[in-house]
Amino acid sequence: MSEALAIKDPFGKATTGKLGMWLFIIMDGLSFGGLLIGGAALRATAPSWPNPGDLLNIPLTGFNTFLLICTSFTMVMALNSLEKGSQSGLKKYLALTMAGGLVFLGIQVYEYYHFILDGFIPSTSIYAAVFYATTCFHGLHVLSGVIYIACILYAANQGRYTAHDTDHVEILGIFWHFVDLIWIFVFTVIYLI
Amino acid sequence: MSEHHEQTFCSKYIFSTDHKVIAKQFLWLGLFFLAFGGFQALLIRWQLAYPEQPLPWYLLGNLFYEGGLMTPDHYNVLFTMHGTIMIFWAITPMLIGAFGNFIIPLQIGAPDMAFPRLNMISFWTMFLASIVLLASYLLPEGAAAGGWTSYPPLSTPVGGIAGEGQTLWTLALTLAGTSTLMGAINYIITVVRMRAPGMTYFKMPLSVWGLWLTSIMNAIFVPIIAAGLILLLLDRTIGTQFFIAGGLATVEGGDPLLYQHVFWIFGHPEVYILILPVWGIVSELLSVFSRKPAFGAKVTAICMCTIVVLSSIVWGHHMYTTGMSPLLGKAFMFLTLLISIPSSIFFLNWLGTLWRGNLHFDPPMLFAMGVIWVFGLGGLTGLYNATVTSDIYLHDTMFVVGHFHYTMAASVLFGGLAAIYFWFPKMFNKKMNPLLGKIHFWVSFIPLNYVFFNMMVTGYAGQHRRLYNPSEYEFLAPISDLNISITTFAIILGFSQLIFAYNFINSIINGEKAEANPWKANTLEWTLEGPIPHGNFATTPTVYNGPHEYSNPAVKDRDWIAQSEPMPT
Ligand code: HEM
Ligand SMILES: [Cu+2]
Repeated sequence: MSEALAIKDPFGKATTGKLGMWLFIIMDGLSFGGLLIGGAALRATAPSWPNPGDLLNIPLTGFNTFLLICTSFTMVMALNSLEKGSQSGLKKYLALTMAGGLVFLGIQVYEYYHFILDGFIPSTSIYAAVFYATTCFHGLHVLSGVIYIACILYAANQGRYTAHDTDHVEILGIFWHFVDLIWIFVFTVIYLI
Repeated sequence: MSEHHEQTFCSKYIFSTDHKVIAKQFLWLGLFFLAFGGFQALLIRWQLAYPEQPLPWYLLGNLFYEGGLMTPDHYNVLFTMHGTIMIFWAITPMLIGAFGNFIIPLQIGAPDMAFPRLNMISFWTMFLASIVLLASYLLPEGAAAGGWTSYPPLSTPVGGIAGEGQTLWTLALTLAGTSTLMGAINYIITVVRMRAPGMTYFKMPLSVWGLWLTSIMNAIFVPIIAAGLILLLLDRTIGTQFFIAGGLATVEGGDPLLYQHVFWIFGHPEVYILILPVWGIVSELLSVFSRKPAFGAKVTAICMCTIVVLSSIVWGHHMYTTGMSPLLGKAFMFLTLLISIPSSIFFLNWLGTLWRGNLHFDPPMLFAMGVIWVFGLGGLTGLYNATVTSDIYLHDTMFVVGHFHYTMAASVLFGGLAAIYFWFPKMFNKKMNPLLGKIHFWVSFIPLNYVFFNMMVTGYAGQHRRLYNPSEYEFLAPISDLNISITTFAIILGFSQLIFAYNFINSIINGEKAEANPWKANTLEWTLEGPIPHGNFATTPTVYNGPHEYSNPAVKDRDWIAQSEPMPT
């Protein structure tokens, strides 16, 4: 192929799979955007809106938020280990990330369980509906992320990735960081303000 | 992709990852639902012409309804499912699913889609969605009946329509949306990443441009309606109140208007999602059959991009009568009318392509020219809906129904048929009968115009849409004969599609073998000898010319040159 015919690709060296994941999280982000803006619109028109601090356990969820941010860090470490050629590091950090995700989900289930015992269920009020819809939608993302990590961990265990073949781990990383980032928005909108 | 796979029947025809096979699967699905939705349209029309009279035998009245009599509830189900099926199960799979899959990789010189497995899952998700939708007919209270827009409170349990049909409708639509999103990821990344060497964006055929922009819009707007549909589903299943205004006395309740906003933020772009592939395909076909370069092809592409941007900020024109502030109404009116500028430009480009062309009236060309006519009329009548003052009178009348059937139903239907006639030889390696194709065009074009034009007339006379029995209103008595003649033409229109069905199926089975490039077209798919193998191109083509280099004086003794052929100097 002659030089003049070569196509300049504005996305540089990003692999096709990575572009696909980026596009997916843009779309996913728009869904979250729809939920968050819809919630905000309902709040703006509602005659009254409870103060989240009176109903929700902010310190517990604050801890959960911190935990999720830590798992982003371990995810970075997993990729970093792989790039350095450390298979054991990769597996260790992936397992830690997964464990973090599972604890996050456990705490969320615990939170829901107590709310339901207290009679705070989705049909209680419009606030409850917004709370459950948004946090549950996010929780499903964490769950998918945990399953996704499990699949990659399984492949890593079979030695599928090397320092030169990090693409699958990187793509997983994009998804996981996105799930974390979105949580910061959800936490702020649902719990803090 | 080039390595040899041992293929079973199942992996070759059912769970295939080959974009050409998936395209055909989508085509069959779309054609099935087109027939299904079209038949429902005839039942609707029967009721509007002969209110509460038994359906005749040829509309299978006794099969569906006791004594062939349709009740108001049946009528509600009919127009709801007709609209839903036509938009999401007939047109979307046909144009985006079938032709998006078939054309994009072939025209840009790619071996397949970027994510072939995702492509396969996309089809089977759509299939699942179809089953859920069809299953809703079996419910005791019948399928959804809240209109294709499914506004609350019609679609919510409090004060809405009884039965779970609406729940399955919401679920089916969420699934169909998921399928669309998987397709969108594939189409966008395929175009960004898999173009053959030399295939710059402006050397892409306009069909690819249209399909690509459609996918971008799908990627942006379908997630938003998905969020809305999930909330609607929660309202229906676990008792939340997102869209129920003060539903229970003890809680404040949500906001039904929020649903309308969410729906139309998606819904207005959706009509462009449907029409953009057709614009691209028509621009290309006009060029092929005029044997001339597409007039202002670059400008056409840029206009399409402008429309994509503008179409995302005009949704309010569907809500003028919801008590919106007059200032906001004016803003939406201004933005909507602004769209007519890029639309007119590329419309003139179409005429520019035809101007002094060497026109060949093959069936694809007839249908493409049909699109110019019906889309032109639809576009012009849209101005009355976009203008607040006239829309307040026209809103929710048959005028709107006539208008959007011109822009959306007729244009997209003709565009899809043009695409079928054009790419049939490449898809099935057989020829379709051109004479039957031409007859099909005329027996569709004339009744279709009679039907949709006069739907607008009845609306102008004040007939509401979604109205079970117009004869209950004295002021509509003068147009009852008109309603009867519309129905007669609709029935002619419906049954004349049998010509197409015969031609399509008979050509697949008995048709003559088609040559590789029957239309003498330039784009890459025609350089391939059929049947095209899995993996398409034996060697990746290199692209030298634009897609519309027809009648280029540099080329001696023929009026076309393949995109992958160096231009003689
Ligand atoms: C080709 C023959 C067709 C005929 C004769 C026809 C007829 C009708 C009629 C009479 C109605 C109005 C019912 C009422 O308001 O009570 C209607 C509604 C509708 N049609 Fe069609 N139609 C046809 C094709 C299509 C196609 C191809 C599409 C899709 C792109 C389509 C989309 C719709 C939609 C979205 C509605 C609105 C449903 C609602 O009110 O919820 N139609 N059609
Ligand atoms: Cu609109």
